Amino acid sequence: MLSRYKLWMQLRMLFDRKRAVRQLHDELSFHLDQQIRENIAAGMSEGQARKAAIRSFGEPALVREQARAAWNWHGLEKLGRDLKFGIRTLLRSPGFAVVAVLVMALGIGATTSLFTMVRAVLLRPLPFHDPGKLVMLYEHFRQGSDGDGFNSVAPGDYRDWRSQTHGFQDMAAMRGYGGIFSGVHSELPEVVQSAGGSANLFPLLGVTPVYGRNFTEAEDQPKGEPVVLLTWSLFQRRFAGDPSIIGKQIHLDTVPTTVIGVLPSWFTYPDARIQFWMPYAQTFAPEDYGIHDGHQSKVVARLKPDVSVRAATGEASALQYQIHLANASKPVAEDVWSRPMIDDVVKDVRTPLLVLLSAVGCMLLIACLNLSNLLVARAAARRKEVAIRGALGGSRLALIREQMTESLLICLAGGGLGLLISLASTRWLATHWRNLPRADSVHVDAWVFAFALLLVVATALLAGMIPAISSTGTSSLSALRESSRSIGGSVSRARLRKIMLTAEIALTVTLLSAAGLLFHSFIRLRTADLGCRVDHVMTMKFGLPTIQYDTREKVLLFHQSLLERVRRLPGLRGAALVSTAPGTGPSGDRVFTILEKPAPSYSLQYDAMTLTADPQYFSVMGIPLLRGRVFTEHERLHNDRYILVSKKFVDQFLAGDDPIGKHVRSGWDDQVDNYEIIGEVGDTVYDVTKPAQATMYFPILSGIPNRTSEATIMVYSSVDPLSISTPVQQQISALEPQLPVYNALTMDQILGKTTASQGFAADLLLAFAGASLLLAGVGLYGVLSYLVTQRMPEMGIRIALGAQRSEVMRVVLVDGLKPVLLGAAAGLAGAVVAGSLIRSMLYGASPYDPLVIGAMIACLFATAFAACVIPAWRASHVDPMQALRSE
Amino acid sequence: MGKPSDLVQGTLDLLILKTISLEPKHGWAIAKRIQQISNEVLQVQQGSLYPALHRLEQQGWITAHWAESETGRQAKFYSLTADGKQQLDKETAQWNRLSQAINIVVAEA
Repeated sequence: MLSRYKLWMQLRMLFDRKRAVRQLHDELSFHLDQQIRENIAAGMSEGQARKAAIRSFGEPALVREQARAAWNWHGLEKLGRDLKFGIRTLLRSPGFAVVAVLVMALGIGATTSLFTMVRAVLLRPLPFHDPGKLVMLYEHFRQGSDGDGFNSVAPGDYRDWRSQTHGFQDMAAMRGYGGIFSGVHSELPEVVQSAGGSANLFPLLGVTPVYGRNFTEAEDQPKGEPVVLLTWSLFQRRFAGDPSIIGKQIHLDTVPTTVIGVLPSWFTYPDARIQFWMPYAQTFAPEDYGIHDGHQSKVVARLKPDVSVRAATGEASALQYQIHLANASKPVAEDVWSRPMIDDVVKDVRTPLLVLLSAVGCMLLIACLNLSNLLVARAAARRKEVAIRGALGGSRLALIREQMTESLLICLAGGGLGLLISLASTRWLATHWRNLPRADSVHVDAWVFAFALLLVVATALLAGMIPAISSTGTSSLSALRESSRSIGGSVSRARLRKIMLTAEIALTVTLLSAAGLLFHSFIRLRTADLGCRVDHVMTMKFGLPTIQYDTREKVLLFHQSLLERVRRLPGLRGAALVSTAPGTGPSGDRVFTILEKPAPSYSLQYDAMTLTADPQYFSVMGIPLLRGRVFTEHERLHNDRYILVSKKFVDQFLAGDDPIGKHVRSGWDDQVDNYEIIGEVGDTVYDVTKPAQATMYFPILSGIPNRTSEATIMVYSSVDPLSISTPVQQQISALEPQLPVYNALTMDQILGKTTASQGFAADLLLAFAGASLLLAGVGLYGVLSYLVTQRMPEMGIRIALGAQRSEVMRVVLVDGLKPVLLGAAAGLAGAVVAGSLIRSMLYGASPYDPLVIGAMIACLFATAFAACVIPAWRASHVDPMQALRSE
Repeated sequence: MGKPSDLVQGTLDLLILKTISLEPKHGWAIAKRIQQISNEVLQVQQGSLYPALHRLEQQGWITAHWAESETGRQAKFYSLTADGKQQLDKETAQWNRLSQAINIVVAEA
């Protein structure tokens, strides 16, 4: 019950404490005065009276304290006093304080930063309507090839699922696409990434266009009206955000197309590089819209509230199996698999993000242990003072609280600074992590602050508890008794520090091995053999619009003229054309049969990657010819029924037999033909992280418009390949002024692009591991210095008794390296665990590679040795007389 | 008897509240009065008196003002508040109940 008196007292004690202190002093001295008067009245002299009064009064300070203990806000007052005292103590050793704060700031900042990213990318639900109900549907082939079993969907399959199953509320399809986007007057053509989405895609996701409208079902047909939805970034970039573009016509692949709407700025799914959307059906030729054996689409489905995802997927899977049986001779999948949409979006970054989060967590733990170690050393230096205070009546809790205040202050300051660091580093990470899904949703909010505060409290407790408890224990009484000569005085303190050091080293070794493995795997990928020349090669892609280049002769003429012109450029050693350059991703695959060697089972199909190339491609790119011959200028136009095959093709489908003269039967755009194999060439890979696939090469000089309009020109130069880029582009412009070129990259850059994110993660992890190694080294140095200082008298005695200086040094070194050895052993176990956890990021490199782990352990020992050498040297060079005299 | 540690905290509060219920007194006078009325049986030490006085003041049951004492020096006089009067009645009743019960038990046999 809060009376007004109590309330008044509380306010007074909060704001006018000084007056209350003065009044207390006056009150007590009045009481003493009265006692003295009484004594005088009883007959004592003045001096006696005073002495007797004071004796019976008791210790005035104690009485004052006891009275004050009854005051309101006493707890707060104590806290304030502790903080003030703590700050003063820290300011007295600014070097230690600054270093400790910086180390904690780094640890807390990095951890907060990665937590923000993990939360935004992995944990936050997708920005769609009721995102928990969205799943992605995939096809699954039972004769599983490599990969995770989730295969793209064929349009015919999607349409059948949608019309014939009822487990899902609705499903929509999309596919990646590309295209040449030109303005209203066909100006400024550029090649952009785009996507096709079915008419119900945006309503299903819950996305409404900011301006204009969505596609209609009528437009979502292969021959529908050409319409396009712009993404916000394209809208801003090319049309300066002017809504008057709605209803106007721009040119897509030279076809006039109406702009019907603009998508909201937050919609960057599935890829932030997509610039526009067109109706799904219009990305297919009419005869392709119902096929079941061409896979390129993604299907997203919304679950019904009362139907489980298993049941719904099972229904679609049963239907798919029927489709499979009905199309037995074609590569049609048997089952349907599903997974939540958010898993689909983040599947590539989940493991790297979690690995990095664990790494910074380890680093923070190491920093805490280091701080704890340092605080133990400081507490040890003050143990006499603490013991005296305990003897004078200070409660253990009060002493512990005071020690904790110091660690709390350091962690608070570190946390504040760390929060600033994390704001900057989160921004940096989000922009520098290439192709980070949902990067736009990474931002700082109240939860981040809460997390940082939690970290501060946790680290303060962790770092401060051990020194506080250990230095205020009952054994502190022995500190009063011990003389400085006693040798065994601080053995227990040293043991505590050594244990913490062992833990630090174990964590550091784990981190180092993980970083080393990742870096090693990155190097492996970066220097991987693509199967062809990588140095001094420039590549450039272009696509001939099929409206103008609609006959074989026109396409061939362009290709030939281009090659002629480019080959005449100075500084060139060769030029050739191919559909897709090695290392740039899959180029499309085709089913085929070998006439001389029919497939063993009716349902088992032969499937190989398909490329088109010109005769000089193989010599220019240094791909070896193993058997037979390559194309010549004769294999052109209609004389094109000849192919080359790769080594993997021969091994896989012909069991290594001579392929020359055999015939392959394959279909392209519904036109099935027999092709004669005229040669075998070496393997090239389309992705450094995956093994080589069987490949067939068709002659690009056939000029078939749909087959050969898209090409990459490969230029082998004797000078810097980047300098050849503009001359080549000029030759292309000379032939076709409005034709845009894209992906102008050297082969080296291509290799760099595919390994970029791997390298990024490896670099970060190495940085964290390096920081941890530094911390551990500094910690080791600190502990050993402290031990040496404690053992100075002992060393002096040893030397005085005749021990060699080298012997003394050895003793100290061994003493210091013992925890390192123990820590390294424990760390090895951690390294094994860590290795198996990051296996999926290593792309085939062994997680238990002894070379890498051995190298990291060697690093650790080198650092440990360097940290131990100085204290050991100091110990061995101590002057015995000085050591014995110093107390 | 008379050692301050024998007096439970609650009973000291009761004594103080009762003592100043008639007229305001300063700390010294309170201690002297308790001593006097109990025939020197109860002697309150400063170490327990002042903490108790300050606690009671913080609770809002007694309130203080500074005035001139009988010797001419300024002293802190405590007086009972309305809440304090209620608390005094409550504690008196409690004490009576407790002491009656103890008397009955002790009187047995």
